[in-house]
Amino acid sequence: MASYSTNEFKAGLKVMLDADPCAIIENEFVKPGKGQAFNRVKIRNLKTGRVIERTFKSGDSLEAADVVDVAMQYLYNDGDFRHFMVPDSFEQYQCNEKAVSDASKWLKDQDMCTVTLWNDSPLLVTPGNFVELAIVETDPGVRGDTSGGGGKPAVLETGAVVRVPLFVQLGEVIKVDTRTGEYISRVKE
Amino acid sequence: MQADWQPSCSIELLHLRAQILAEIRRFFLARAVLEVETPILSYSSGTDPQLDFFSADYHAHPLQQTLYLQTSPEFAMKRLLAAGSGSIYQICKAFRNGESGRTHNPEFSILEWYRVDFTLRQLMDEIAELIAALFKDRYQLKATQRISYQSLFYKNTGLDPLQFNYDAYCAYALKSGSPEAIELCKTDHNAWLDFIFSHFIQPYLGENALCMVYGYPACQSSLARINKDNPLITDRVELFINGIELGNGYYELTDAQEQNQRFDEEIRLRKQNNKATLVKNKQLIAALQSGLPECSGIAIGLDRLLMVLTKSNSIDDVIPFPILRS
Repeated sequence: MASYSTNEFKAGLKVMLDADPCAIIENEFVKPGKGQAFNRVKIRNLKTGRVIERTFKSGDSLEAADVVDVAMQYLYNDGDFRHFMVPDSFEQYQCNEKAVSDASKWLKDQDMCTVTLWNDSPLLVTPGNFVELAIVETDPGVRGDTSGGGGKPAVLETGAVVRVPLFVQLGEVIKVDTRTGEYISRVKE
Repeated sequence: MQADWQPSCSIELLHLRAQILAEIRRFFLARAVLEVETPILSYSSGTDPQLDFFSADYHAHPLQQTLYLQTSPEFAMKRLLAAGSGSIYQICKAFRNGESGRTHNPEFSILEWYRVDFTLRQLMDEIAELIAALFKDRYQLKATQRISYQSLFYKNTGLDPLQFNYDAYCAYALKSGSPEAIELCKTDHNAWLDFIFSHFIQPYLGENALCMVYGYPACQSSLARINKDNPLITDRVELFINGIELGNGYYELTDAQEQNQRFDEEIRLRKQNNKATLVKNKQLIAALQSGLPECSGIAIGLDRLLMVLTKSNSIDDVIPFPILRS
């Protein structure tokens, strides 16, 4: 596998650190005029999601991590694993709950999402930035309540709970931003 | 793809740079400091173990020679001082290979000046006056701070920068979440000082104020004079505003023999670290032998000064064509 020098570190680059695949977030060249050159790097461990800062001597290198993001369609949950498919090749991957983690509450059968593969096995599932899901449980809006603030909780078909405005009703489909977990709009079917 | 022909800085910035250069020249004219020019290309460059240089090929048949782009105009300016120029300043480009980042461009602008018969303290007064003149009506600075390296280091870390206590330094690295420092710096006191200072002290120096740090540990300075009252420190000063290192000055070493020894030591260190070696600057040694007047001198990075003045996040915001667009 190739390796990258600190000079090549840039946001998004995938490297191996302490035997885990990581993504570079930020790389700052630090050098006192009369002193040694360092690179202070902010890096995300792709297995744990943790962000750490680590300093390297300028010119040091890290091994590249064989990590790729692949667009896949979510198929189904068999109780132990969730199954995904690459639409072009029909190649299927199964992911355990750890890889799916937070994405699980946004995953609806047939929806597209991103599966991050490390050495061809799923490391992380990221839902699309926006998903459209039906409301399966919410209180009826209180008539005459025009305060507009606050809203009410609504349970979606995937189990996620989102705050929605009072006028949104049971059975409606809404658009949600998965990065913030916030309601965006109603979707006209 | 369209070529990136446009400047990375704004047109306003070009105007500001021009104004700053004009004000610097007025400042020194009023003080009868002479503006000089010295060669950018030279047969020998600085031997500083931490600097990498650019080289160029000189052809004048049958002569073929490698020349080096200056990493600073220091040596040539000192030859002028030894020749009796009196106090001088220069605005020029300097080149440091491989240095690129938010506050570094491999080619950058330097203001360097030398004051004959000035102590470091007198030079620090003049630096504060120049900064005040350039920031006036542009950026409100708080009172100038002057602090010794030792007390600054101790205040921030509890460590003594003049006495290397390996265990205490390691404990500090662990406590501050940088265990990798132990592997990176090993038992190199100098490396430890660079690591701790650049990571945990410098970022917080001079918040909206000029902060002058003086009395650097002797191991950290190659051209400064050892302090006459304390042999563990040198008469060296560094300038910081908002955590950005702006300049470095010395009460200059005038002893030719000691300078010669320091060059040899630097060349030895370069070899040890597998860095390109070069011949030492014999002309500087000869100039010191003939007699360098007592003087203090400083170099200020003009691009970084403009960064601070405009609150820019990157050096690319203050120079028209950074290296990747050059």
